[in-house]
Amino acid sequence: MSLKYRIAIILALIGLSAWTLFPRTTTERVKRNGVYVVDTVKRVPLKRGLDLQGGMHVALEVDESKGVIANKGEAIDRALKVVRTRIDQFGVSEPLVQKAGNDRIIVELPGIDDPQRAMDVVQKSAFLQFQITDKTGALEKALPRLDAAVKSIASNVKATPGAAAPAAAPTDSAKNALQGLFSKDTTKKAPGDSTKNDTAVTTGGVFSKLIQQGQMPGEYYVAQNEVPTVQRYLANPVVQGAIPPGKVIRWSSDTTSLGSQTYRAMYVLDARPIITGEYLTDAKPSQTPTEGTVVEFTLNNEGGRRFRNETSKHIHDYMAIVLDSLVMGRPPVIQSAIGTQGQITLGGRDLQAAQDLALVLRAGALPVPLKISEVANIGPSLGADSIHHSIIAGEIALALVVIIMIGYYRFSGVLAVFGLAIYTLWTLAALAGFDATLTLPGLAGFVLSIGMAVDANVLIFERIREELDHGKSTRLAIDEGFRHALPAIVDSNVSAALTAAVLYQFGTGPVRGFAVTLLAGIAASMVTAIFVVRTFYIIWLTRNTDQKALSI
Amino acid sequence: MLRIFHNTSYDFIRWWRVAVGLTVAFIAIGIGSLALKGVNYSIEFTGGTLKQLSFKTPMDAGKIRSTMDHAGFHDAEIQQFGSPRDFTLRFRGAEEVAAQSAGAELVSKRVDSVLYTAFGRNNVTVVRTEAISPTVGSELRRNAIIAILLSFAITLVYLAIRFEWRFGLAAIIATGHDVFTTLAFVKLLHLEVSLTVVAALLTVLGYSLNDTIIIFDRVREDLRKGRKESLYDTLNRAINETLPRSILTHATTAAATLALLLFAGEVIRPFAWVMLFGIVTGTFSSIYIAGPVLIWIEHKYPRNVPATAWKGSSTATPTSRTKPSAATATR
Repeated sequence: MSLKYRIAIILALIGLSAWTLFPRTTTERVKRNGVYVVDTVKRVPLKRGLDLQGGMHVALEVDESKGVIANKGEAIDRALKVVRTRIDQFGVSEPLVQKAGNDRIIVELPGIDDPQRAMDVVQKSAFLQFQITDKTGALEKALPRLDAAVKSIASNVKATPGAAAPAAAPTDSAKNALQGLFSKDTTKKAPGDSTKNDTAVTTGGVFSKLIQQGQMPGEYYVAQNEVPTVQRYLANPVVQGAIPPGKVIRWSSDTTSLGSQTYRAMYVLDARPIITGEYLTDAKPSQTPTEGTVVEFTLNNEGGRRFRNETSKHIHDYMAIVLDSLVMGRPPVIQSAIGTQGQITLGGRDLQAAQDLALVLRAGALPVPLKISEVANIGPSLGADSIHHSIIAGEIALALVVIIMIGYYRFSGVLAVFGLAIYTLWTLAALAGFDATLTLPGLAGFVLSIGMAVDANVLIFERIREELDHGKSTRLAIDEGFRHALPAIVDSNVSAALTAAVLYQFGTGPVRGFAVTLLAGIAASMVTAIFVVRTFYIIWLTRNTDQKALSI
Repeated sequence: MLRIFHNTSYDFIRWWRVAVGLTVAFIAIGIGSLALKGVNYSIEFTGGTLKQLSFKTPMDAGKIRSTMDHAGFHDAEIQQFGSPRDFTLRFRGAEEVAAQSAGAELVSKRVDSVLYTAFGRNNVTVVRTEAISPTVGSELRRNAIIAILLSFAITLVYLAIRFEWRFGLAAIIATGHDVFTTLAFVKLLHLEVSLTVVAALLTVLGYSLNDTIIIFDRVREDLRKGRKESLYDTLNRAINETLPRSILTHATTAAATLALLLFAGEVIRPFAWVMLFGIVTGTFSSIYIAGPVLIWIEHKYPRNVPATAWKGSSTATPTSRTKPSAATATR
């Protein structure tokens, strides 16, 4: 190959690399003053991993704790679609949602600063149900059985003192205030049963003592500090068996405060939903002066027909809107048949919550419950710090290698250093070009590779020295030196590349980034040592007309 | 021209017994300690929760501990991480890990609320959280082991093609030796075995292999020349001839590694330690493990070549040191 072609190839590669790495304007979502906006930013097109730019990595898998899921593979594929739709609308730049293995979903959200919100959006089942509150007083009838069940398990729990005893009972005054307030309503709305039931509720056993009749059929209040106790009781299989058949117990999403006491509502609902969220076509957040934050939803025609049908059968009943087993707001009374439009009241929650809820409702319910199997969360400052430190280490490493190479090999060392500069450029360009992700171990690997990259040069230079020792001419010594060093360079680099490939295959996240950097570095160092530095020598030889000895 | 270790003719292989004794002792201490106390796996492999905290003002580890104890996290491991304002907390007691089977984020959420209540949101920032459920941990551990074994198999095949199986096997045994010494080193330094450390280990293996290949390449070349000398002498000469290269390359690599160790920050430090040790063990094994093993294999399974080219090959075992000065004599 003639010198001209060699130079042309090198210059072309340098030009291409520079172009690949040139800061360019890209359109992406960036955060300005706390809100995400689509804007153009100018930056070097090197993708930074989550550990460098901060962000969140979540791995999700099917949660089988509440029942075995039959077709897991298919379920995870459908869940993947739902999660992807949700994340796409979530508002992060360059999110990643992908399937890992057969049963895991990986979500990566760069630059996110509210991990809790992100986790909620991803994990929320968004299973929407409309259920009619129980109007038969089923719970009151079942109270003796429930009390007996609680009593039977309480004897076991009492063995551990303190923990099992119900937390401090609400003060009497608060209790009275509550009853005073609600009893009027109750008598008005559910005449007949309520007075009798009220006494049953307040004078009964352990369980009865914890709950208060609310103002609509099927509504009960539990003091906030008792909620865990009641929940624990309800979770017990013995107690569950005592719950009236065909009914379910659901908690309200909100609390009500009354005087100094906070209460949470508990609803007894007909187990069969009159309709579910599968017919939902649209949902959008809104704020109304009377009801605060709401999410307005639209059902499709079929859903609307069913909804109209069912609601017309339940006029004057109360309809609970149940999202992921929580009753959203207070169940409204059905005044007349409802068609395709409806709304979910969010009470005191802010517009952000409404936005997130509308988002997950639009994206659809998760076909299976998901649980988080892995979460990593890196603050942006830590990432910036890591980059800063790595750059310092890189500069020092580079300086030391330059000193060693030039100090030992003089002029040839200078050629090697030029080669090293080109190596650095090419490696970074390869990473940018292949859209590889730069991670912290990757950066460390890159710094390390600066030290290792000169190995090929060292091998060649030592061979040239040997050939010169044998009394060969400068030109011949250089030729022979390159030729003899080649097999060792190729073999050692190829075996290193094979190891890196294995690392890539079996590594995750940061380690994968390391493997990619290693691979790019190996390729670039081979090309620079064998081809670029060789070309430098050829240039030097053509100019060295007065046959000076090679400085090596 | 500046030259170091030029035209040397040290009889390296001669000391193989001493060298093997030393390395076996080192491995025995390290692996013995591993067997007794177990591997200090990072939470990536065991499952658990890691929190890196940054306080506004210097903080006392004891205070964090009492806060965590009070909240019921009796197994929390608390470590200063660089400056006195930075700490890492690890939660990987049986109870905490079991709690994470239901959802990896659960312990992390509880710790957050404990921290914010105890120290206030303005005084402490959680800069990093890693929470991994036990099932993911065991999967990662299996993958790491597969990765190491697979890299061995692939290298063996490659070297068998490029050289021949004797060289491949000797190189793999030398590299396998490095796995054990590095594990022993990791144990003796109380480093945590994380994914990054596994990556460092694989890099060390690559580096050590590289070194072995450079020496074997010389041996291959000299064998082709058909010199009338024993493999023992050929090996010694190959090591001596590549000595300047070894010194130079180890120097530049060590320089880069030291830069990482001293300046690249706390997260990368375990990686840098392993790498620094790797330079030492890689060099050592290329000379004292790969060499003698090659001679031993050659002795056990002599190759089928004309006797003229392989004169003395049958006696070329590490034990036959009848001509200790042979290396110099042939020059």
